[in-house]
Amino acid sequence: MERTLTRYIRALRSAGAGVSTTEAMDAARTVEVVGWEDRSVLKTALGTVLAKSVEEKAIHEQLFELYFSREAAAAAASEGQPGEGGDPDSGQPGEGEAGADPQSGDAEGDEGGDPVEALSALARGENPGKLAMALERAGAAAGVDEIRFATQSGYYVRKMMEQMGVEALEARLMEALSRRNPEGEAEAEGLIGTRSALQKQARAFVEARFEIYGKSAQDAFMNEILAERSFGALGRSDTARMRALVERMAKRLAVRHARRRKVRDRGRLDVRRTLRANAGHDGVPFDIIWKIKRKDRPKIVAVCDVSGSVAQYVRFLLLFLHALKEKVTDLDTFAFSAHLADVSRPLEVLPFETAMRAIVDEVGSGGTDYGAAFLELDRDFGEVIDRRTTVLVLGDGRSNYSNPRLDVFKQIADQAKRLVWLCPEPAANWGSGDSCLLEYRPFCTLLTQCSTVIDLERALDEILMAYD
Amino acid sequence: MTDAVTGAAKGLETPAGLASVEAVMSMLAQSGYIATPEIATAVYLAHHLRKPVLIEGPAGVGKTDLARSVALGLDQPLIRMQCYEGLDESKALYEWKYGKQLLYTQILKDKIGHLVEDADSLDEALHKLSGFQDIFFSRDFLEPRPLLKAMEQSTGSVLLIDEIDKSDEEFEALLLEVLSDYQVTVPEIGTIAAQVPPLVVLTSNATRELGDALKRRCLHLHIDFPDAELEARIVRTRVPGVSERLLERLVAFIQAVRGENIRKLPSISETIDWARTLILLHADSLDPVLVRSTLNVILKRQSDIAEVSGKVEALLEGGDKAGR
Repeated sequence: MERTLTRYIRALRSAGAGVSTTEAMDAARTVEVVGWEDRSVLKTALGTVLAKSVEEKAIHEQLFELYFSREAAAAAASEGQPGEGGDPDSGQPGEGEAGADPQSGDAEGDEGGDPVEALSALARGENPGKLAMALERAGAAAGVDEIRFATQSGYYVRKMMEQMGVEALEARLMEALSRRNPEGEAEAEGLIGTRSALQKQARAFVEARFEIYGKSAQDAFMNEILAERSFGALGRSDTARMRALVERMAKRLAVRHARRRKVRDRGRLDVRRTLRANAGHDGVPFDIIWKIKRKDRPKIVAVCDVSGSVAQYVRFLLLFLHALKEKVTDLDTFAFSAHLADVSRPLEVLPFETAMRAIVDEVGSGGTDYGAAFLELDRDFGEVIDRRTTVLVLGDGRSNYSNPRLDVFKQIADQAKRLVWLCPEPAANWGSGDSCLLEYRPFCTLLTQCSTVIDLERALDEILMAYD
Repeated sequence: MTDAVTGAAKGLETPAGLASVEAVMSMLAQSGYIATPEIATAVYLAHHLRKPVLIEGPAGVGKTDLARSVALGLDQPLIRMQCYEGLDESKALYEWKYGKQLLYTQILKDKIGHLVEDADSLDEALHKLSGFQDIFFSRDFLEPRPLLKAMEQSTGSVLLIDEIDKSDEEFEALLLEVLSDYQVTVPEIGTIAAQVPPLVVLTSNATRELGDALKRRCLHLHIDFPDAELEARIVRTRVPGVSERLLERLVAFIQAVRGENIRKLPSISETIDWARTLILLHADSLDPVLVRSTLNVILKRQSDIAEVSGKVEALLEGGDKAGR
């Protein structure tokens, strides 16, 4: 049964729940304490030992049912043959074929050692226990647990069939067909039926294994692809996956920057606090207290171009920033195309999608005018930008040949701690046509291309770094 | 069974309240704590695996109360340590009694001349002095703080480390020795191991992500808001005077409020407070006026109160349907 547990832990790991060796050992001790008998107790007990967060608990919840219902089936299968093969995983590669190990000694008794006849008996489903056993053995020999992608299932089904000895059956089938007489055809038909019945069983088996071991690997792979795809090229179906991805990345980022907000300044004595702390020792300074420097909390003012060409990118930037809410408590958001508006409020109170629609409806029309937007920002909301603020501009810098108002932009840059510009376009296009990015560039602390979620994470990481 | 069980036996025999998951449940029920199977399993495992339990979940769902009830049920002292930013070892582990040490040096100064009076050489004087016990850094001058105190209980104890997420990261590292080996190291004295390992409960409101090292050493229990049936049972236990009719309606209302888009969801402690409030007001059912005037008991933000008070009728009705 120990193997059952280690394999379950392996399944958990491949589903993305980090289980350490210590935790695996704890799990073994837990099983010793609570026993295998009561399934629901075992489940909650393993849940407290192996899953250490709400997400991991959810994974455990799902996987436990999947995994142990399979184990139960296998255990029921082996019940028919007491004393041998109690562990469904004991099948070694190479001995998967019926008749290749001592256990099927009794099987040979009633099937006359004919592998084809044995297979037909299995396929007829006369002995479901034996069928489950055979599937388990073939599965282990074919290494079905290594499955990572749904598209591999055909390959594994074939390998399992080979392990079960389907080649002999196929040879018999060919031979029967080549006889070209009614008896041969009848036999061939029977054999084809056997083959497809077995195939169906093997496919179901492989699919169940994929649910346990492969699904999350495939998920991770899809996420990886998505992370490197430009926001502009995302389809409607990717949005949900993308949102989940953004949330996960934001969480990771928040954890990375969740360092302490204070730095001990070892060089300077805090006389006042030292005296106070040592009053109890008659003023003899046992405890020396050094001055502490407090770090600024991140304060971000996001200025987003929401005109048609850039709106999609803005969505994900704002999604990311809002997922970072815990970390970036001080966040002001402005949206503009022809005019600038403070949109922090709708983003806070409305559900995200509704808020985005309202914002685009409100300010998304009219020709983009960066100069006018910066002028309005400086004139109407100048007080939100101070020396702790990072101003984050997201836009392509295409201002329809209007005055870029570099004087105002310079003033904003001077007021702020840092000014970061994220541009969805590749650097080669900067300054072409009506883009005035190159004119703005000298005033930016950082100007970078940002078209994928990875770019976005890197840029925000960089911004938060300035506050660590 | 192996060292898991013998380990527990080495400390002391397992108390009756921890003999099985069901026993834990009934023990907690006797102390007025209604536990789900998850909670009871965690407590049971904590004793048998000798591991601390880390409890996460929203504020007010009974995380701290669990530790209190276990201590009450086991009839062991509860040693509580509230964490906060800047908590350090002198407040968590031990501290030297500086005043007493100073006094001791004073006495020593007076006596020392007398002691070495008849010594001829410096060597002889030193030899004489070394005959005395070095008690300057000894247990006599050690002021135990919660962690050390918990190690020293001979009857066993329940150690509650409350709101660990409020402390600094360095403090977590300090806890590791205590949590995995149940011992405290005082450099001047040595290692002090627990006579009976305490049952350790850590709580966290998840204001920050806890370190992996800490999580790995603990059993993890997540307590969420209870469902209607469990919540009704909890309120019935805590507020015995509440009438069934009122109880059903108020629990249904709270459950409905939790489905609303508000910032700070009401938790069990708020439900209990509200039940008590309503009894004081001699209410035996809910009506919109009463609910509006007492909303501030369950909601702690002005914007939340404004949001909910506009929907009281709908929520009462919805809650009614769900309640039936």
